[in-house]
Amino acid sequence: MIAEIGHFALILSFCFSLLLTVVPLLGAWWRDPLWMGVARPLAMGQLVMVLAAFVALTANFLLDDFSVQYVANHSNSLMPWYYKVSAVWGGHEGSLLLWVLILGGWTAAVAKFSKQLPLDMVARVLGVLGFVNVGFMLFILLTSNPFNRFLPNWPQDGSDLNPLLQDFGLIVHPPMLYMGYVGFSVAFAFAIAALLGGRLDAAWARWSRPWTTVAWSFMTAGIALGSWWAYYELGWGGWWFWDPVENASLMPWLAGTALMHSLAVTEKRGVFKSWTVLLAIFTFSLSLLGTFLVRSGILTSVHAFASDPERGQFVLMFLLITIGSSLALYALRAPVVKSRIGFTERSREIFLLLNNILFVVATLTVLGGTLFPLGAEYFGYEVSVGAPYFNLMFAFLVPVLVLIMGVGVYSNWKDTRPKVLFSRVPVMALVSLPVALVVPWLYGEVALLAVVGTYIASWLILATFLDVWKKSASKQSRWSGWLKTSRSFKGMVAGHLGIAITILGATITSHYSEEKDVRMEAGTVAEIAGFQFKLLGIEGVRGPNYVSDQAHVTITSSSGDIVTTLHPEKRRYLVSGDVMTEAGIDAGLFRDLYISMGEHLGDGAWAMRVQYKPLVRWLWLGAVFMSVGGLLAVADPRYRVKLKQRRQQPEVNTRLEEASTSAVMPDGGGSTA
Amino acid sequence: MNPKRKQRLTLVLFIAFGVSAAVGLALYGMSQNINLFFNPSQVEQGEAPMEQVIRIGGLVVEGSVNRDKTSLDVQFDITDFKSTVTVAFSGILPDLFREGQGIVTTGKLDQFGVFRADEVLAKHDENYMPPEVQRALDKAHGGQDVTVSEQQPTAKY
Repeated sequence: MIAEIGHFALILSFCFSLLLTVVPLLGAWWRDPLWMGVARPLAMGQLVMVLAAFVALTANFLLDDFSVQYVANHSNSLMPWYYKVSAVWGGHEGSLLLWVLILGGWTAAVAKFSKQLPLDMVARVLGVLGFVNVGFMLFILLTSNPFNRFLPNWPQDGSDLNPLLQDFGLIVHPPMLYMGYVGFSVAFAFAIAALLGGRLDAAWARWSRPWTTVAWSFMTAGIALGSWWAYYELGWGGWWFWDPVENASLMPWLAGTALMHSLAVTEKRGVFKSWTVLLAIFTFSLSLLGTFLVRSGILTSVHAFASDPERGQFVLMFLLITIGSSLALYALRAPVVKSRIGFTERSREIFLLLNNILFVVATLTVLGGTLFPLGAEYFGYEVSVGAPYFNLMFAFLVPVLVLIMGVGVYSNWKDTRPKVLFSRVPVMALVSLPVALVVPWLYGEVALLAVVGTYIASWLILATFLDVWKKSASKQSRWSGWLKTSRSFKGMVAGHLGIAITILGATITSHYSEEKDVRMEAGTVAEIAGFQFKLLGIEGVRGPNYVSDQAHVTITSSSGDIVTTLHPEKRRYLVSGDVMTEAGIDAGLFRDLYISMGEHLGDGAWAMRVQYKPLVRWLWLGAVFMSVGGLLAVADPRYRVKLKQRRQQPEVNTRLEEASTSAVMPDGGGSTA
Repeated sequence: MNPKRKQRLTLVLFIAFGVSAAVGLALYGMSQNINLFFNPSQVEQGEAPMEQVIRIGGLVVEGSVNRDKTSLDVQFDITDFKSTVTVAFSGILPDLFREGQGIVTTGKLDQFGVFRADEVLAKHDENYMPPEVQRALDKAHGGQDVTVSEQQPTAKY
């Protein structure tokens, strides 16, 4: 019964989103306030219904209703309740339901927090979001209904959730990532609404900016969580595999980063408008493309979703319709928009343009590498593009990007005096040099790429700190000067530091990780990077829905102190029979010690992999900085001050010319975050 | 040409140069890192190049897994039911590596026709068949359908 209610709620939600697409857009066309006005209630209604559907599916999981196919395939009565809840998005159908729930949430959030927007803009934005909703709802209802039942004979118990997914990582990673993926649809909706309304001005960029930044922050967190999860859960100690599905999330992230920066230019200076709109379309299209790649199963990936051609075709059609119609609209409307403000080649505009070019090139690089096998397959070749390709490209692009970034933070809008722009370059260049030589030397061999990576990280950190030093100058203390800087400046500082931290972590951990596969029996000692791993013994352990062989390994440092005792496991899940490795990890700010069990070799001996991974945590620490930086930037009061000011003005059709003029700040104010 | 235009032109040229450098690098990177896929029949017929990184895929032959007693060296055969290739690997095999399982492996073919694998990939879902392997099996059997997995691959994330 619950499943049927859920299904019904989903259909109702679909009807709401259909109305949401049609009515407000027609209302905006005819300038009918009543028709435009229904956009907000419809958005809310749609959210309520999709939430009801989601709750219904969750209830099915919690109540162990195995007559529902999706529950039977992804749950088991032995699973703890929290995994039953997260199993809701552990498979294709349910994760799509989470997807539309989040999309409904974003739509409702736009409806709620858009009081300062003119009504026709709200109507158009929500209408476009409604269209995206319609697409995904249809996808679920036609091809992937999670509420289908096994009738009349249903299984006694479920076939269990894939053990890799019975983990904290699965509880948080998909929702975060989807918040990002789906959040870019808001940026897209704003862009399309602006094109439809022919109002592509600085005000539009100002409205669109916080949404884009929030989506980007979630996406950053989501990707980092995925990487962290893969690191500890797959048992290999790898953190990025250039897997098609990872690439599918990286591409919108890269394009979204470009978008975030180009929105800054459009908001502050009123230029690059067409480009920004195009980027918004591009970013969202990449989100859709990612969905297509993941769901259609046409690429070999560790994220093996069911390969159902029908599903692939549906997403492909949706993708083509969306991209085709938005590009057509762009072609029709964009040339109308002209900007006339001049800037020189030393202006912040140019630096942000370079940022955009580099990020777009990086995106296309990943896109090419990901889609190449598909193209080759069409011509009868079966190929794969290996990780070295992507590594090579990023080893080239990232240093260029960061070097430009380090200078760019000192640029001002319109023009920068060369003295101001380059005054810190000698310091940054000279100080970074010894750092870049000493750090790799401390870790061992001085490899070229390690030097480059450390150099650019140090360059960026110095640039950021010197910039903070300059901006925090104040008659009172430095600290009060720092506190006085805007939140968006603090956000930018955090974001850029985050990049530097991640680069440093990636560089050091890729070059100086040590790894050994050893055969171990009770009493065997394996040594790596001065740490001694001693296997004390292995015992059988029983968990709620698995049995496992658990090893006890003590680690002693070179000075003879016991560092820790780790308990890696080899689990066998009872229902599915799946075998899974649980790594034992001693995490630290400067190094991780990692041990995982391979196969049983007989006679009590096991194949074990021991690893020493310096600075691996910095990868994700950097992402935390970036993510928090994004949220800080959004919390900048200026987005809300405007709101109060505008309350006194008539709501509909306010031409926000003042926004573009008041936005010219004397010092640039640091608003690129 | 006025100075402003000259500036613009410099910028455009600079960007064009940068982008073409990136494209060139991408093409170079691709040409170095594209791994062709072969099935065991093609390897036996000598279509696969030697001493070059390639990928091969097939089913692990039942009873062929041979593990060294003292090290982590392991040998096994993979097949497409027409031909068989011996794969040598040193290290830890993935959790879902099993006899009868479809796998894809990356490595080089040596002069004795043994495949020296650097990486062995088995999918994390036991019902999942890597598309290359499925196609390789289909190809080897000349269009007649060989369905190795009884079930549709189940979804997972």
